[in-house]
Amino acid sequence: MVTAALPPQDPSRHPDPWPGVCASWRRTLSVPSTSAADAPGTRREWHFLDNRDDVDATGLAPAGTLLCVHGNPTWSYLWRSLLAAATSQETLADGGPWRVIAVDQLDMGFSERTGTFRRLADRINDLSDLTAALKLDGPVVTVGHDWGGIISLGWAVRHREQLAAVVLTNTAVHPAGFTLPPALKLALHPAVHPWGTKATAAFLKVTHALAQPALAPSVRDAFMAPYRTAVRRAGVGNFVADIPATPAHPSWAALEEVSSGIRTLGVPAFMMWGPKDPVFSDRYLRDLLTRLPQADVHRFEGAGHLVQEDRDIAGPTFAWLAKQVDASHRAQGGSAAQGGSAAQPKPESAPAFRPMLAEVDARREDSSTAIVDMLAGGAARSLTWAELARDIDDLTAGLADLGVKPGDRVSLLVPPGITLTTLIYACLRLGAVIVVADAGLGTKGLGRAIKGAGPAYLVGVGRALAGARIYNWPGVKISAGDSTPAADRAGRRLLGVAATVPQLMDKGRVLRLACTAAAPAVPDPDADAAVLFTSGSTGPAKGVVYTHRRLAAMRDTLQATYKLRAGTSLVAGFAPFALLGPALGATSVTPDMDVTAPRTLTAKALADAAAAINATVVFASPAALVNVVATAAELPPARKTALAGVELFLSAGAPLGEPLLAQVQELAPHASLHTPYGMTEALPVTDIDLAGIRAAGTGEGVCVGLPVSGASVAIAPVRADGTGSLAPTTEPHVTGEILVSAPHVLERYDRLWITQEHAAAIPGWHRSGDVGHLDAEGRLWVEGRMAHVLTTANGVRTPVAGELAAESVPAVARAAVVGVGPAGAQVAVAIVETAPAARRSGLADTGLSRDVRAAVALTGLVPAAVLVIDAMPTDVRHNSKIDRAALAAWASRMLAGARPGRP
Amino acid sequence: MPGPTAAAGTPGPSRRVLVTGTSGLLGRAVARLLHARGWSVRSLQRRAVHDPWESVQGSVADPDVAARAAAGVDAVIHLAAKVSFTGEWADFVSTNIVGTRQLLAASRHAGVRDFVFVSSPSVAHFGSSIVGAGAGSADPERARGFYARSKAAAEDLALAEDSPEFRVAAIRPHIVWGPGDTQLVERVVERARAGRLPLLDGGRALIDTTYVDNAAEAIVRGLERMDHAHGQALVVTNGEPRPVGELIAGICRAAGVPEPAFSVPGWLARGAGSVIEKAWLAAGTRGWVRDEPPMTRFLAEQLSTAHWFDQRHTREVLDWAPAISLDEGLALLARHYGN
Repeated sequence: MVTAALPPQDPSRHPDPWPGVCASWRRTLSVPSTSAADAPGTRREWHFLDNRDDVDATGLAPAGTLLCVHGNPTWSYLWRSLLAAATSQETLADGGPWRVIAVDQLDMGFSERTGTFRRLADRINDLSDLTAALKLDGPVVTVGHDWGGIISLGWAVRHREQLAAVVLTNTAVHPAGFTLPPALKLALHPAVHPWGTKATAAFLKVTHALAQPALAPSVRDAFMAPYRTAVRRAGVGNFVADIPATPAHPSWAALEEVSSGIRTLGVPAFMMWGPKDPVFSDRYLRDLLTRLPQADVHRFEGAGHLVQEDRDIAGPTFAWLAKQVDASHRAQGGSAAQGGSAAQPKPESAPAFRPMLAEVDARREDSSTAIVDMLAGGAARSLTWAELARDIDDLTAGLADLGVKPGDRVSLLVPPGITLTTLIYACLRLGAVIVVADAGLGTKGLGRAIKGAGPAYLVGVGRALAGARIYNWPGVKISAGDSTPAADRAGRRLLGVAATVPQLMDKGRVLRLACTAAAPAVPDPDADAAVLFTSGSTGPAKGVVYTHRRLAAMRDTLQATYKLRAGTSLVAGFAPFALLGPALGATSVTPDMDVTAPRTLTAKALADAAAAINATVVFASPAALVNVVATAAELPPARKTALAGVELFLSAGAPLGEPLLAQVQELAPHASLHTPYGMTEALPVTDIDLAGIRAAGTGEGVCVGLPVSGASVAIAPVRADGTGSLAPTTEPHVTGEILVSAPHVLERYDRLWITQEHAAAIPGWHRSGDVGHLDAEGRLWVEGRMAHVLTTANGVRTPVAGELAAESVPAVARAAVVGVGPAGAQVAVAIVETAPAARRSGLADTGLSRDVRAAVALTGLVPAAVLVIDAMPTDVRHNSKIDRAALAAWASRMLAGARPGRP
Repeated sequence: MPGPTAAAGTPGPSRRVLVTGTSGLLGRAVARLLHARGWSVRSLQRRAVHDPWESVQGSVADPDVAARAAAGVDAVIHLAAKVSFTGEWADFVSTNIVGTRQLLAASRHAGVRDFVFVSSPSVAHFGSSIVGAGAGSADPERARGFYARSKAAAEDLALAEDSPEFRVAAIRPHIVWGPGDTQLVERVVERARAGRLPLLDGGRALIDTTYVDNAAEAIVRGLERMDHAHGQALVVTNGEPRPVGELIAGICRAAGVPEPAFSVPGWLARGAGSVIEKAWLAAGTRGWVRDEPPMTRFLAEQLSTAHWFDQRHTREVLDWAPAISLDEGLALLARHYGN
């Protein structure tokens, strides 16, 4: 397909640059071509965007050059936010400016229509021709998107001496063994290809439609601008035709050169990904991570293929670059400035590391009960310590035999109980990284979590495997073996299962008995051990990475704080702590309940479980306790005293009110009732018991007590706009973001570089996102989430005190106080759930409105409106954290006279 | 900034002020407040009245009347306006636009130093919700209804005249009410008593209002703080937004009439309002009806969309905060009705 060459379009014909583009950025250059597609002596006319004038205007030398390569069918316009931010005040303060050159590839954008068919090798060479003509010197960061990603990496492989870093957005290096994504297969189909890519603008329109949210019409027009006619779209069609689908393809060799060459680049890499991409899905990110394992990753949950349009990528890019410059500066002997801060975390005394399996190993000969599953109908299944140790070893050998290697991620979609416990400890022994996203997140949330973590293996019960099949969750599938053998055989074929857990254990036992199973190496204490998912009550669930050391520290903290000793027997009604039973050396029992809904735990199920092991400790979630108290009357007389032997009652997950605790106390009269405060990122942080709650009385927020063993807490005062400052303090009665420091806080967020940078912005501290204050006794009071702070005209307010006040009104079961209106001018709105629940949501009636307003006003915040809701939106995991963000949006619609919908 | 005189804050006994529109609730409150503060007050209104201050009778649109009224005063507070949800555009033009232009010209001619134009937030309300927003620019093209459009045009005229020699500020009190109010309170009470007062969308829209004494105080502060306020349009409210249903119920309780018992969807009321408005206008020209229509599109929009404001800038410029809270205002209203 050869068409007449067209010169690049004259920039002066477009006096009005497109939205977001500065006229001074537009450049053209005539470049001698050395590409095979061109006859010797050919020159090509390039169009590109270059912020050189902006850099010169700063009077500073650029830190380096970003060479940005678009994919198909976009053009340099895609990178406008990088050009704009490269000389911003923030970037200058962070070691900038940076020069940014965003090219229009030949036959694309406003560069020349060459009339040739340019293959991958030509395109990489074209780019090198251009940078040679530009006499680009100094460090270069390549930036690529879509097929521009490969081309930018091709340039990187050929310019190692100049290469400082690589930045990639939704792209692929098309690894062998992977099939083309269906959407691309369709685009390549002979029946579709010419029509879809060239004759019509369908391919462009489909690509632009991938933006989430939709592009503004003016932006869509700008993306379309260079491709208005079929002649101008020739490059779009040729580009698609050059995708090497098979090794027979002429561009296969060039692709191989790039995809293997990047393994030895040895430069920092940053990947920003929009997971909702039908073409460059997460699988390509996972493949890239095997080639560039040093990469920092941020997955923008909810963003799609045009991640540059969906999210701010410029701010994170320059912040990331600043860190790389800093790091190389430090490596060269410089020292990064560390701001002195008032509050310093306790130096982590780095307690001696004791592996999670130490206790299990120490009890290999112990024939006492280690773990019990309560089954429906009152039956139970149990293992002794010796059996547990043997099963773990068998499963470890079986998993290794299947191919599970240290560092591989294994997603566990198995309800709490013996099977899950065995799997967890087998993975820990093997050095595989467990991914625990509990079914309470709901199918959608669970799917997002699993795709985000990208496990190599997925172990699940039947229901989970069906979900994995339907939703195409990644990983080699392993059945937990929860069905009958016959059904299992049939199901395995259907669900694409590679093995079952019982099979793996049998295989492992055989291998071990034959002494052919190699003993697994002891994992590095600082290697990843687990990815746990947050509840998702504050946006999409986030993966939280724990190392073996940090996981062990969590165990040690629990042990030290609650004086748990060998011989403790615990009821595991709260998942994260339940996993720790064998590590603590405690006998544990899982009550009969639907784990996806904690509020299904009945008093009888709890009493049965406690009776089975003569429980001394109960771990439960607040929602579960609400139901236990509600069903206490149904307890058979024989079980009334089952909880009498309980010494410690722990309710974790969300703060609990004194009235509920008092009711629990009646059930377990000899127990000390504790409500630790913590988060998936740090469990636990503080602890308080019922006596402590009574002693603290009422105040601003909920008193959650003193830091637990090894932990320290500080406050980053909240600013007038509702954001947290970066100067921690331990001064009493200063309200701000709660900071945590402990050996058992998370290692990092998983594939959420931006989130991690934010959370770790204060050296030594984890920013919790919760807001609160310390009192004169050093006790912590939680006042809600930073995101839920109200920024009123009278200053910043937190919601919890008002909510507790509203809940003091007899008709109110639960209350939330949210801010409505723009930051700084918000008004408070109280939203209440009544008992019995209201049938319709809307304005509270006169009496209720008056009572709630009067009660809340006592806390210094007068609600503009009091709304009644039929049911509060809560997180699915605990059924206890109210989703105030959703409520605020709902209340805003409600009070603006708009259709309110559901929160 | 050219020297604000010492008189800006506390007027000397010789300071003379003209207040137009004193037959209305707010105009009367402003004149009273100025009088109490030691200003020498002259009022201008259409009807003959007996006031403890000098009074000129006539229409502000009459150049002779305007000249007479402005002669010899230091400051003008211009409240006179045709306020209605219905009526002929020509009437709004002559009173609100021509009247303002006449008074501005007369004031300049008479050497008046400061001019407070009392406006309305509706000049920048284009039918959608206002949620914690600032004042916004008046737009005669986009404002809804004849009243708002004519006030927008007049506010533009007034602020365009602002200069160091002739300082103009626009104060926009939002939904003024209080004892003796015929605009809002009487209409609500009358309709509620007749059982024909619906809520729109359950009365959910969050609306900020202004108790009359607070509005009067803010207007006077506009004059006193002219060195800060001139050239600006400032929305004034109680800063206590409430659901409109709750406000109406509060007024009904204060007046001892039944609260609205039924609700109409906002979209229906807006559509019906358009129809009723036109029918009423046609009927009015034939002499069939005299009072205001039961619903107009403008009223329906006002009652079914949020409008409340960010008061921080206003309070800073005027160095003022409302003295009477919403609840105190309602208590005063109840006392007025003898409840």
